[in-house]
Amino acid sequence: MTDSIKMRATQQGDFADIKVLFRHDMETGLRKDSKTGQLIPAHFIDLVTATLNGTTVLQAQWGIGVSKNPFLEFRVKGAKSGDKVAISAVDNLGQHYTGETTIA
Amino acid sequence: MNVSRRTFLINSVSIASATTILTFAPFALADNWNRQAFTDKVLNNAMKDAGYDNAVESTGILLKTQEIAENGAVVPIEATSNIPGTTSLAIFIDNNPNPLIAEFSFMNGAEPFIATRVKMAKTSLVRIAVKAGGKTYFTGKSVKVTSGGCGG
Repeated sequence: MTDSIKMRATQQGDFADIKVLFRHDMETGLRKDSKTGQLIPAHFIDLVTATLNGTTVLQAQWGIGVSKNPFLEFRVKGAKSGDKVAISAVDNLGQHYTGETTIA
Repeated sequence: MNVSRRTFLINSVSIASATTILTFAPFALADNWNRQAFTDKVLNNAMKDAGYDNAVESTGILLKTQEIAENGAVVPIEATSNIPGTTSLAIFIDNNPNPLIAEFSFMNGAEPFIATRVKMAKTSLVRIAVKAGGKTYFTGKSVKVTSGGCGG
């Protein structure tokens, strides 16, 4: 599901700044459906990995406290314009999400 | 006949094994997720299980966030560690149902910086904890929440 991740990467001095926007409900499992009164099952991204030209630079573990449609910004030294930054993520139900962009 | 029954049983076992492997595959992928720390309900336990116990308060960690959050569902957090040798950074919110929010590990040139958005159930201290050189450090800021963001 590549359309679930939007990315922008820009070179800023000696580092690249990468902004990532995920489209995901990030359901906590603690919320009740207002109509049925039943708990809405937890559904959230729990693992995120970022690579620069295929080398892992960032590994993240997330819990239910990350906001809906998560935003993530990180910085990598030694990157340069034209390098490829990729994101892969998986949620607690095993669904995978990927995104890729080139540093501007 | 006995033979066919035996064959049937052997086949059943094979199918059962294959099914088991397929069923558990998604969970195997999530092996790196620290289930214990993320489901702890008390801050001290969450910090201990995530490996950030005995963290020393440090001015080497910078935390930018709102003093008053009108919408607890979306509270911006920006954290930078100026402590040399920082390898990971975690966000804890004392009064959330699960205090551990996220942990980030930096490698191969990634700077010890992160910006994200978190949910806050109510007014709480927001803590940024880091691991650097085999030691743990933290900084904290109180955020007043006027409308909680965990629903329910």
